[in-house]
Amino acid sequence: MDLSIRKVCKRFDGFNALDDVSLDIGSGELIALLGPSGSGKTTLLRLIAGLDLPSGGQIFFAGEDASRRSVQERNIGFVFQSYALFRHMTVLENVGFGLSVRRGPARVPAAEIRRRSLELLDLVQLSGLEKRYPHQLSGGQRQRVALARALAIEPSVLLLDEPFGALDAKVRRELRSWLRDLHDRTGHTTVFVTHDQEEALELADRVVVMSQGRIEQVGTPDEIYDRPVSPFVFSFIGESSSLPVRVEDGQVWFEDRPIGIPAGEVANGAATLYFRPHDVELLHGCGGCLAGTVVSSRRVAGARRIDLSMGAGDVIAEIEVPADHPSLAKGRIAFRPTRWRIFPARADAAPTTGSASSGAALPRLALTGS
Amino acid sequence: MTTAIATAGWRFRKPSVLPGFGLTLGFSIAYLSLIVLIPLAGVVWRSAELGWAQFWSIATDQRTLNALRMSFGGALVAAMVNVVFGTLVAWVLVRYRFPGKRIFDAMVDLPFALPTAVAGIALTSLYAPNGWIGSLLAPLGIKIAYTPLGVVMAMIFIGLPFVVRTVQPVMEEIDREVEEAAATLGARRLQTVRRVLLPGLAPAILTGFALAFARAVGEYGSVIFIAGNIPYVSEIAPLLIVIRLEEYNYAAATAVATVMLAISFLMLLVINLIQAWSRRRFGYGA
Repeated sequence: MDLSIRKVCKRFDGFNALDDVSLDIGSGELIALLGPSGSGKTTLLRLIAGLDLPSGGQIFFAGEDASRRSVQERNIGFVFQSYALFRHMTVLENVGFGLSVRRGPARVPAAEIRRRSLELLDLVQLSGLEKRYPHQLSGGQRQRVALARALAIEPSVLLLDEPFGALDAKVRRELRSWLRDLHDRTGHTTVFVTHDQEEALELADRVVVMSQGRIEQVGTPDEIYDRPVSPFVFSFIGESSSLPVRVEDGQVWFEDRPIGIPAGEVANGAATLYFRPHDVELLHGCGGCLAGTVVSSRRVAGARRIDLSMGAGDVIAEIEVPADHPSLAKGRIAFRPTRWRIFPARADAAPTTGSASSGAALPRLALTGS
Repeated sequence: MTTAIATAGWRFRKPSVLPGFGLTLGFSIAYLSLIVLIPLAGVVWRSAELGWAQFWSIATDQRTLNALRMSFGGALVAAMVNVVFGTLVAWVLVRYRFPGKRIFDAMVDLPFALPTAVAGIALTSLYAPNGWIGSLLAPLGIKIAYTPLGVVMAMIFIGLPFVVRTVQPVMEEIDREVEEAAATLGARRLQTVRRVLLPGLAPAILTGFALAFARAVGEYGSVIFIAGNIPYVSEIAPLLIVIRLEEYNYAAATAVATVMLAISFLMLLVINLIQAWSRRRFGYGA
């Protein structure tokens, strides 16, 4: 089922938790709501579920306004961060709960509830544990019980709030690929909230990056990572370095010299240059590049990260060099970003992207929001 | 390793780095003995002087039986009423915000703090046939004061705070998300309360029930004013004990007391067993 969120706002005591959010989610999509805490992602999820009511705007389920529908009528599968299992019920009773509360014509016979619950436990690989109580399960198992319980009612949308938040790193990774698998098999429209960008980029068809109650960018993981539309998205997703620069006559200047990067369509004036630490080429001496003094270096897996003190101010840029690079302490390193983005200091102007390989700025993207 | 030790069986004491086990256990035993065990043993000892046949004849005397039935039956009904209304009061106090809530909350404790005689006199003046409430009920043929109904009324009054105060903290800790989960699964409000919330509260409600029941069984001051104390009808066992004492019939008094002790102990034991069972099953406090 497709979902459409139209100009939704949510205010809590004078604080805007969500501000004019619009989003379309296609049927069968796996969507990640990604953002730092307080960005409104959980609020949005709860509004979709009907656990909170929006202060303004509408939410459509398959083209039908759901605003008037109660939580019970929305047929939502919601998995809470704390799992919220019923601890006085066995695993089987937990999974079957949604079916067992149905009354009237929708009533499901006990044998059928049992059959379907066992089937779901099989799906989440918990067969044989149906007689256990939640407190007898590990975190990962509880998580899967919560998921099976949500799936039991055959929800039109599956909503997951920080589904792997409380698990340790190894279980997280396992469950992540398992959830992707499950989604591909069952085809539920799924929305999950996370603050873990790796999780969002790896798992989701599309990622919704949120900040301060607004949507910053919506796009595929590739779009989000390669073409961030705002300084926030660039610095929030992946690793980034930024430098205060100046644009003059189509050239980008750092302090007193041009650094060999075309400014594209960015207007003259102050701007900020963003690049990824690993998207740099090291140069031997230069006219028209960036150079800095090594402040510190550390080994990160197969590479070495170096903090460079740039120019006169205390601006630090981080770059990645091969692990065997002879970067002596206090030595000087010259480099130039191979992929970068320049955002004008004024937030309403258009950013420009570039990469050394293409040699030209990518098509201009307008910043979302006002 | 630690689990291996723990499952190896019951041990007299687990070795701990912190000192104080001997001192605190010794003090607890001495204190419990002086305050609880020795006096209770004294009751049994005194009644043992009677000899079995005489003890049995006092214990099965119709007046004794009726008084015991009034005390335990009344306490049972009162505790059951308190479970319903106490849980409701706790719910209102935990879940809703309204003006005067803190005063309302403090008022729940009044039956704890009030001298029981004051409570008894207040209840009697209200429910007597010429009292505010009694005069309204009298034309309908309902008599509360000076009947077993009055006894139950007083017992409800003094037992209420026990249920409220045991259920309230547990209710405050109910995870809101559990209720929300039930709602997303399609459960109506009543189904959520009945199938999700109440089972979670059951251990606390049971404790509250046990406390309210025990208090009502032993209640004397507030009950005797409203009861009318008609032998065979509205006479409670504690009053019968006092009557026997005033007759200098100490043996008979302790015999009734011993029967009360035995019944109370049995009931509390059963309630505790139910508690332990539910703890084991649902892992509360584990």
